[in-house]
Amino acid sequence: MISIVLFLLLWTGKNFGMSSNLRTLCSMMGGGKKVSLFQFDWRTQQWNLMVALGVIVGGFVASNYIANDSAVAISQKTIDQLVAMGIEDAGKSFAPKMLFSHSAFTDFNSLMILVMGGFLVGFGARYAGGCTSGHAISGLSNLQLPSLIAVVGFFIGGLLVNHFILPLLF
Amino acid sequence: MSEVSSWFRIYEMFQFDSFHMYGVIGSALFFGSLIIFFIKKLKIKSILEGTPITIAEKEKGWKRYLLGGIIFGCGWALSGACPGPMFSLLGAGFFPIIIVIISATFGTFIYGLVQSKLPH
Repeated sequence: MISIVLFLLLWTGKNFGMSSNLRTLCSMMGGGKKVSLFQFDWRTQQWNLMVALGVIVGGFVASNYIANDSAVAISQKTIDQLVAMGIEDAGKSFAPKMLFSHSAFTDFNSLMILVMGGFLVGFGARYAGGCTSGHAISGLSNLQLPSLIAVVGFFIGGLLVNHFILPLLF
Repeated sequence: MSEVSSWFRIYEMFQFDSFHMYGVIGSALFFGSLIIFFIKKLKIKSILEGTPITIAEKEKGWKRYLLGGIIFGCGWALSGACPGPMFSLLGAGFFPIIIVIISATFGTFIYGLVQSKLPH
């Protein structure tokens, strides 16, 4: 499915990269007044905002009409590890309720994780010039060395946080 | 279901506890590179512009990719979401993701501010 989306976007003369939508949002909100990175005509990027909107709609359709069992079938070892860390709904839900249900809005720890996680993704994706769609999928499919370096970076960061930071937070 | 938007799957991926995520990304790459190979070989044209599809080459260098990548990866492991899944989680009703989207946009803005001071 992902490669079909890649093909459709290329076929219409565009490219497959979701993190540039974050840059477009900054530009729409007037970021261009202070920062040169956002001084572009965001209207030329409306197609990508449409892709994002489509993804939102797709998420809605998938969750309400397609998926019947929402629990994610992760491995027993992962489930055991997460439960030991205090995440009891591992193996029973799509995403941890601690972070993704309404209770997250009022829990300081959860909010900090969401805010820090989001900030690092937004900052890192623009610094690297792409996220998993732009680098791991598009860039690697096009055999681009910079994308390989970016993906190596993704894993270094992800492994560090996953193995050393997450256990401290939960 | 690819489940790439599940925090649990991202956690599992960084633990190397399952082939699942690697299977999703791997098969996307397999078909993606085939598609791009044929686009170039057959000089397929874009249907909207009528000109042959060109895919921009990424600028050379390594610092921005490695440093940016590491920072991104840290955020990915914390939030379990990269930009695409952020939007699909929103549509699926996991509303706290709006916090992630807002701070990701803010993170992008801060990058724009300090861009000239960072190694590229």
